[in-house]
Amino acid sequence: MLEKFTVIRGRAVPLRGEDIDTDRIIPARFMKALTFEGLGQYLFYDERFDEQGNPKPHPLNDPRYQGASILLVESGFGSGSSREHAPQAIKRAGFKAIIGESFAEIFFGNATAIGLPCVALAPEDLAVLFQMVEANPEVEVEIDLVQKEVRFGNRVAPLFLREEAREALVQGLWDPIGELLEAGELLDAFDRKLPYPRRAE
Amino acid sequence: MGKTLYEKVWEAHEVRKLRNGQSQLFIDLHLLHEVTSPQAFGMLKDLGLKVRYPHRTFATVDHIVPTHDRTEPFQDPLAQSMLDALRQNTQEHGITFFDLGSGNQGIVHVIGPQLGLTQPGMTIACGDSHTSTHGAFGAVAFGIGTSQVRDVLATQTIAAQKLKVRRINVEGRLAPGVYAKDVILHIIRHLGVKGGLGYAYEYGGSTVEAMDMESRMTLCNMSIEGGARIGYVNPDETTFRYLEGRPYAPKGAEWEEAKRRWLSFRSDPDAPYDDVVTFRAEEIAPTVTWGINPGQAIPIDGRIPFLEELPEEERPVAEEALAYMGFRPGQPIKGVPIQVAFIGSCTNARLSDLREVARYLKGHKVKKGVRALVVPGSEWVAKRAEEEGIAEVFREAGFEWRNPGCSMCLAMNPDRLEGDELAASSSNRNYKGRMGSPRGRTVLMSPLMVAAAAVAGEIADAREVFGVVGAR
Repeated sequence: MLEKFTVIRGRAVPLRGEDIDTDRIIPARFMKALTFEGLGQYLFYDERFDEQGNPKPHPLNDPRYQGASILLVESGFGSGSSREHAPQAIKRAGFKAIIGESFAEIFFGNATAIGLPCVALAPEDLAVLFQMVEANPEVEVEIDLVQKEVRFGNRVAPLFLREEAREALVQGLWDPIGELLEAGELLDAFDRKLPYPRRAE
Repeated sequence: MGKTLYEKVWEAHEVRKLRNGQSQLFIDLHLLHEVTSPQAFGMLKDLGLKVRYPHRTFATVDHIVPTHDRTEPFQDPLAQSMLDALRQNTQEHGITFFDLGSGNQGIVHVIGPQLGLTQPGMTIACGDSHTSTHGAFGAVAFGIGTSQVRDVLATQTIAAQKLKVRRINVEGRLAPGVYAKDVILHIIRHLGVKGGLGYAYEYGGSTVEAMDMESRMTLCNMSIEGGARIGYVNPDETTFRYLEGRPYAPKGAEWEEAKRRWLSFRSDPDAPYDDVVTFRAEEIAPTVTWGINPGQAIPIDGRIPFLEELPEEERPVAEEALAYMGFRPGQPIKGVPIQVAFIGSCTNARLSDLREVARYLKGHKVKKGVRALVVPGSEWVAKRAEEEGIAEVFREAGFEWRNPGCSMCLAMNPDRLEGDELAASSSNRNYKGRMGSPRGRTVLMSPLMVAAAAVAGEIADAREVFGVVGAR
């Protein structure tokens, strides 16, 4: 059985920046591997470390945010390459959910399919949350996928998440492989019906 | 009420509804490469599953291939292990693999069309965001993540969500020296890098109808840079002329039947769109980027914008871009010195791109101090370019003529920028660090503009450098 995501609680790391692309989340050179294992250590590598490998000022290097499990981002997060390495690195670095204003299509799908919920807030709510977390890293954030709201301080903000994705996360159906396999012989009918590239030699 | 191509293809491939409301969508053609597949084969193994319809998957190696010396074992053992894994996985599961030296190895989005694997009305998926390229044929083609690669291998389907459709008309004639690359950079500049979120882009209008297939591929290739997962052009006679006689295209009686079927997928004249946008071809100049995403672009005669000129929401990224690129607001982009010139990538490494550049480059020399690379998109393109004398034109001009692969576009191989080098590039992304150096800088442009920059040693107007007829 897959995990059912209902309420996710934790502290958040504020990561400012619009249109953060997946090349930045995980630079291509760290993708030369046969598995996703160990990717967490390379998360935002070039933003966090200089060319000699020394840490640079970055929210993820900030001791005040160590142990946070929610990544706070702005709009257009995860644009660019379709690499699943990006959400995998985020998840393997210990994050349980991402809150932002909007997400790139493929990134959102990849994240959802590995059980990493990406929820959106209205810009005014997101701005308040950023300010609150930047002022006080100890703020507890609660993402409630059942009530469809995010709670922080004394604020309750409605969250936006595509209904299909929310259903999948709440019901523990976020990895669709089991259900896809259930189609069984129906698939053979499609394979027979739909032409495919056949070399006519 | 009519339907769009997107809707018709969707309906023909929807297997059933899933419990969460998504659709199970059948994938006609699955393209595979070495970077996003080994983990998927690993997941299959863990689940005890087989590849269900191996005849629908085709593989090649592109991202990690060295373009200079491809002798095996590669100098980079990690790259070699990825190639070995792909060889083993495809062999074990009965998947056709276009290996190095097969004559058909190349960038996955170059070889699909070239072999006639890509056909109208198909659903096509690949673990690479530039799968949108194949939409040029009137296919519904999109990039997927590795878990979905696993899903396609195991079931030939994915769980998918229907998109809205935006019709993008481009009307009129492109001026000489203006190409599909300029058209798509112009579109993204105006609609934004997030403008396509939730949409499939349908490109049409007289400019697009007049484009050859390889130009349409360039256009569709960068749909993802505008935030749209899918871009497509309705199939027409141009599509059929391109496909006829290709190795995997239907033949004989099947050919006529296929054409009828393909035409039936075209969007109906009265199809409703969720949005319609129109651009004028005459307003499009050779376009170059100045920032750190493909939407930060200006005409070659333009100046780098002042923050105050930009909409408020674009200013933070613009500020970040100015700092990273080391540009001054108000500075003309023309005349900025370059250190590297790169012609290649799935956007612009096709035979027509190389032919067009060679036509103008003949007799010119790359400026001293500029490292200039041309990387053909496939072994087939490379061979034809040699036969036609194109390769020799590049060599004589001072370009390094390399072996096919993704090369510098994402630098998962030895080709990369050093330090804060600035590259004029025909690739698709100018993100921070994209070309392999965390401080490296990329200016995107058409292949002819890259050649002009290589010759001038600075960002230049190809129409002036090469005396393209019609230049102002």
